[in-house]
Amino acid sequence: MPVFWIVCAVLAIGVIGYGLCRSKAMKSAGGNARNLHSLPSYYGANAFLFSVVAPLALLFAWLIFVPILIDRSIGATIPEDRIAEGSSLGLMMADVSRVSNGLNLAVSEGAMTEEESRSIRTEFTDVRERLASVGVALGSNVDATILQAAQKHRAASDRSRLFMSIAVIALSLAGLALAMSRTKADFRARNTVEAAVKVMLIAAASVAILTTLGIVLSLLFNTIEFFRIWPATDFFFNTTWSPSFGDTGSELGLAPLLWGTFYISIVALAVAVPVGLFAAIYLAEYASPKVRAFAKPLLEILAGIPTIVYGLFALLTVGPLLVSFFGDGGTFGVEWMRGGTAVMTAGLVMGVMLIPFVSSLSDDIINAVPQAMRDGSLGIGATKSETIRQVVLPAALPGIVGAILLAASRAIGETMIVVMGAGAAAKLSLNPFEAMTTVTAKIVSQLTGDSDFASPQALVAFALGMSLFVITLALNVLALYIVRRYREQYD
Amino acid sequence: MDDLRSVERIVSDDEKTKISAKNVQVYYGDTHAIRDVDVEIADKTVTAFIGPSGCGKSTFLRCLNRMNDTIDICRVEGDIRIDGEDIYDKRVDPVQLRAKVGMVFQKPNPFPKSIYDNVAYGPRIHGLAHSKAELDEIVEKSLRRGAIWNEVKDRLDAPGTGLSGGQQQRLCIARAVATEPEVLLMDEPCSALDPIATAQVEELIDELRQSYSVVIVTHSMQQAARVSQRTAFFHLGNLVEFGETGQIFTNPTDERTESYISGRIG
Repeated sequence: MPVFWIVCAVLAIGVIGYGLCRSKAMKSAGGNARNLHSLPSYYGANAFLFSVVAPLALLFAWLIFVPILIDRSIGATIPEDRIAEGSSLGLMMADVSRVSNGLNLAVSEGAMTEEESRSIRTEFTDVRERLASVGVALGSNVDATILQAAQKHRAASDRSRLFMSIAVIALSLAGLALAMSRTKADFRARNTVEAAVKVMLIAAASVAILTTLGIVLSLLFNTIEFFRIWPATDFFFNTTWSPSFGDTGSELGLAPLLWGTFYISIVALAVAVPVGLFAAIYLAEYASPKVRAFAKPLLEILAGIPTIVYGLFALLTVGPLLVSFFGDGGTFGVEWMRGGTAVMTAGLVMGVMLIPFVSSLSDDIINAVPQAMRDGSLGIGATKSETIRQVVLPAALPGIVGAILLAASRAIGETMIVVMGAGAAAKLSLNPFEAMTTVTAKIVSQLTGDSDFASPQALVAFALGMSLFVITLALNVLALYIVRRYREQYD
Repeated sequence: MDDLRSVERIVSDDEKTKISAKNVQVYYGDTHAIRDVDVEIADKTVTAFIGPSGCGKSTFLRCLNRMNDTIDICRVEGDIRIDGEDIYDKRVDPVQLRAKVGMVFQKPNPFPKSIYDNVAYGPRIHGLAHSKAELDEIVEKSLRRGAIWNEVKDRLDAPGTGLSGGQQQRLCIARAVATEPEVLLMDEPCSALDPIATAQVEELIDELRQSYSVVIVTHSMQQAARVSQRTAFFHLGNLVEFGETGQIFTNPTDERTESYISGRIG
């Protein structure tokens, strides 16, 4: 039975259970819902949960773990000496399962009869060709060992599928029976359902946390792999970044990339913090409600522009504009800038991108400062600007610092604007009109090159990613700490 | 109500008028919040505004230092004079006016600064001190006036928000008197305080009467009776009755005042 139909069957049992238990509860209360502990729908929902949750959990667990067990038991039957030269058991098992699935597909598409698929022999048929005709591509010719294993695999899978269908539906029915037996007027169905809802909420919260954990672990393992083949001291302290895709002559120093990242971020923050903060002060304190209702969403649109569009803006508009001022024969008569791509170009554009982050968060924070605080200051005879400078901003400062640090971690993680605006040269230089590059941009170029995935030139991307992750994590923790530590408690 | 008569009332006839309001109207958008209010507030006395919630007493109080200017939809008409000068005249800077007419709010609202800086805030803004020593002196004097000096003298650098509710309110009073105002407006200054803190603040109000003209809005009739020399009763945006406190509480002329005081309306 296909999985889809199993799920449908379980859901159907759940819906039937809902109806049955609801009416049973009503009956047990003598038709008067007031005699029930909970509303009738809770008894129904309880039955639905009993007959659906555990069976579906079993179904997914089965789908994930049983194929692994089957693979392992069939892999054990393949003798060592039948594994082809240059291959491994893992590769062979991949072929086995592909042949097995291919045969199933061929049967279901009508290219083969069930009979044929069982009796197919490598001696008489070119299995590879037959499977290719239904769209299953195999890397190599299918030999007898693989075919034999594949046939065993099919049989085991079919058996497993059958057992699974029976087990899941039986469990569902058992759940229904249990719910039925518990449904009485004084059964606390509402509490059970609410406990289930709580579990669901916890599960939703866990998804984000577990995903983060998974990302960190995958980064971590690859980073460890990198440091196994590349000295950590060289990575952290070498001041040159020049990966060559050959085996020798690569220099993989973090310093120039980190410097580029920080330099561009600093330029970006130098633009975004004052502009964003002043915009927030205007919006929160001076703007009339009409202007505010119009200007705030407009400012926040900036945050919705994809960064690639900012990148285009940097490449096509800001870069050439800066060259016309600071480049050879430019307005200022200096020759600081040789090309459109530079720290300044990327920094300015990134700063514009960050303005709404700073302004929107700061605006909310300034608005959260209680009116009583402003009244207190105005009541003493302070002007509006004195009140803002000396009372409102100090009160809002922790939140504003938090907003700035969040913007900073955005700036550090930004990639597209850098790729298009700052160039690709890793350099340790103080000149903001020179092309530089950042950690993120280099991660992209290391992984999209056509080098061997196990080479240090590719694995270094994970070490770079990990360094970046640690830095932004530290910034975020610092931001949270500052916000919590210095936040005034207003009630 | 027997105890009210025992309160000493010194309202001499020759006292001079500090604030005089004539025919004051206040509108919030289309709502006519205050109608035809005429009040004469005497110097160096405590005047209490009482009345049920929403009767306009706080709104009227906020007219006296033009705090209503900070509310966009609020419009004030009529004639309000302090020492004979029209405070709604175009030439009057509301900021200057508020330095002269201090205000204490319902909820204690110390700034998120140290106790010292809270009190020094006004003097610094208005340039009242020429040296650090002078500023120290003003801060100490104000805190003493606020009857809180002894409790905070050892921790002037501690944040003002860390004090207890009653201490915070006295700090706010000290902050208000630090700018040497001539009038002190208090908008239900004790409503967020416990009885002990209330007693301290009330005692303080009585002392402040020596130097300032104090106007206090209160929900508590007992408080009005305890601290004020004059009482004004507001009802539905109208000033119903205004007179000497003892007389208002023992022998009101208006029926509504009597009903409110005896607890039948409000």
